[in-house]
Amino acid sequence: MKEGQPSAAGEALTVTNPWQRLRELTDARIGLGRVGGSLPTSAQLAFQLDHARARDAVHMALDTERLMPELDRRFPLALRLHSQAADRDEYLRRPDLGRQLSADAEQELAAITSEPCDVSICVVDGLSARAIHEQAIPFLDAALPEIERLGLSLGPVALVEQGRVAIGDPIGEALKARMSIVMIGERPGLSSPDSLGLYFTWAPRAGRRDSERNCISNIRPRGLKYANAARLLAYLMREAQALDASGVALKDDSEGDSQLGDGREGNFLLLPE
Amino acid sequence: MSEHVIDVDGRRYRFDGLGALLAAATPHRSGDALAGIAAASAEERAVAQMALAELPLATFLEEPLIPYEEDEITRLILDRHDRAAFAPVASLSVGEFRNWLLSERADGESLARLAPGLTPEMVAAVSKLMRVQDLVLVGRKCEVVTRFRNTIGLPGRLSTRLQPNHPTDDASGIAASILDGLLYASGDAVIGINPATDNTSTVVTLLKMLDEVISRYEIPTQSCVLTHVTTAIEAIERGAPTDLVFQSIAGTEAANRGFGIDLALLREGREAALSLKRGPLGNNVMYFETGQGSALSANAHHGLDQQTLEARAYAVAREFEPLLVNTVVGFIGPEYLFDGKQIIRAGLEDHFCGKLLGVPMGCDVCYTNHAEADQDDMDMLLTLLGAAGCHYIMGIPGSDDIMLNYQTTSFHDALYLRQVLGLRPAPEFEQWLERSGIYRHGQGIAFDRELPPRFQHVLGSRGTTELPS
Repeated sequence: MKEGQPSAAGEALTVTNPWQRLRELTDARIGLGRVGGSLPTSAQLAFQLDHARARDAVHMALDTERLMPELDRRFPLALRLHSQAADRDEYLRRPDLGRQLSADAEQELAAITSEPCDVSICVVDGLSARAIHEQAIPFLDAALPEIERLGLSLGPVALVEQGRVAIGDPIGEALKARMSIVMIGERPGLSSPDSLGLYFTWAPRAGRRDSERNCISNIRPRGLKYANAARLLAYLMREAQALDASGVALKDDSEGDSQLGDGREGNFLLLPE
Repeated sequence: MSEHVIDVDGRRYRFDGLGALLAAATPHRSGDALAGIAAASAEERAVAQMALAELPLATFLEEPLIPYEEDEITRLILDRHDRAAFAPVASLSVGEFRNWLLSERADGESLARLAPGLTPEMVAAVSKLMRVQDLVLVGRKCEVVTRFRNTIGLPGRLSTRLQPNHPTDDASGIAASILDGLLYASGDAVIGINPATDNTSTVVTLLKMLDEVISRYEIPTQSCVLTHVTTAIEAIERGAPTDLVFQSIAGTEAANRGFGIDLALLREGREAALSLKRGPLGNNVMYFETGQGSALSANAHHGLDQQTLEARAYAVAREFEPLLVNTVVGFIGPEYLFDGKQIIRAGLEDHFCGKLLGVPMGCDVCYTNHAEADQDDMDMLLTLLGAAGCHYIMGIPGSDDIMLNYQTTSFHDALYLRQVLGLRPAPEFEQWLERSGIYRHGQGIAFDRELPPRFQHVLGSRGTTELPS
């Protein structure tokens, strides 16, 4: 948020920081300036706005009306399912209910007589419906061609309300899928209320532990790009087939690509004086 | 298992075992409700507190909440218990112990002598009978001082952990937050990075970088990269300049197994850090983080309430003479601490219990965006912890951790607290701040638009050669 046009008197009270321009190097809220030792009004209001957006993202309802036709176009079949958590309040207090399918959802799945498939994809609101609204379709458009290139068959897609990660397990199991991909709205950060997370599970079935999954996090335009996330996912799918497992057994070798270098490059604190 | 029975106004209440009594007596929080062990009604809670008040403190020595044979934390607690230190309160009930703590008999000296005689269960029990003001008052009486490259926890002092996290561990991004923090007088507890990855070579690089910054600017503080203890040991073996070894810990053996640790491994980590002999002022080389709810989330809570289990984590901490311990009170989410009210009380309980056990407590005053909490709640907890003599809080640019996606206290928050309560940074660090022209006690930040001389070259090069202004 930009400063308005402060009066001369108001401006004189605020001490700006000459290192403000280092904000090009990080999304962290550095160089905010100060009034006395406190936060200037503009920075305080900007924070409140971002917190409000993150809160709204948590409580926003999933727009299933808009998403279902988009999914219908991309999958052989699209299902609309609900967890056992009735509403957002119950969802926040009872994570266990968000991991289980409602009775209706179980019935609907039981009625499906599709052939076994390679990949089951679940699109789940999680803690940020906004992340699903903004990232789900563009990410799928990057990921589905990768899945096709690997020669893998797609099962029905499930759009799930009030769901947690583990709800992909009973769904993948019911759809007789060899692997499951859960796309879920991540816990929103102040600067990232729209972040999509991806959980990959080989041989999904109820009771899988989190250590048996691989996670790709922070998928959004200002974080991990769709194409990069899709390539990482393809890597996981290839490796999991070779290993017959996912999770800790499947080490992400992209760690070698650290952006850190030797810690000196770009580190102005360690420049010669 | 003992049954606890109490009659109140002609009605009989039964609590099936010590653990059930403690859980029922705990002020309401979502995590205990989630575990199905909270009091069934407000009345049951109040009655449980009455029954708990009658209980002799010594009961906790005779009746372990988790069997001795099953749990190495129980063994640690009982094996280390100092009967002689316990003597002054040995005949008291939990309720009488509350009175004792609030009385003049309890002062810095007597509480320090008592600490080895107290078990986590005793301090957790008494905390359940206390109001916020009791937790503040007794917390403030406790004196715990630790040293590495400076002195943390002296009366009238408030330190900060400078937390320059970056989602991809980008060196210039981290450096930008470090500079921001130092120029806002932050970083005397530690400059501590949560790395985005547990990859050992990344950790080694970050440790070298922090070491260079600290020695280049001659900052009397210590560094830490908050990675798993096994990674830290590996980094030390690879020659990384390691000040503090970090680990998240919990109050049961099973929960610690979920973290991939046990007491033997922590001992190994401490010995590795001690072998480097890097602390000129002292040998407190460990940094621990805790938080209510961690045992339940690891499905390792043994039917006990999350606050009692949290206190047991402090028994683990004190075994290793840490420099820093902080509860990350609002991080874990609303299923454990639902709103600002629950987070505030939990933060004060944790500080109280840790201090009473002789642990150098700080607090990550924080919340996530799916909790019913906001900056106003954090201001209340922050101010209360300042009054309670909390050793340190976190410091992060504008309260926004862009790597961990939660809000904690800012550099500005620490300046506020120092100003309102007259608190000062750690003495060695304070002198450095004054020498460097950054901060002076009573005056606040000592420069305006022009950077202190020591830091001018930094911006000059950045500003003129690489970044358009």
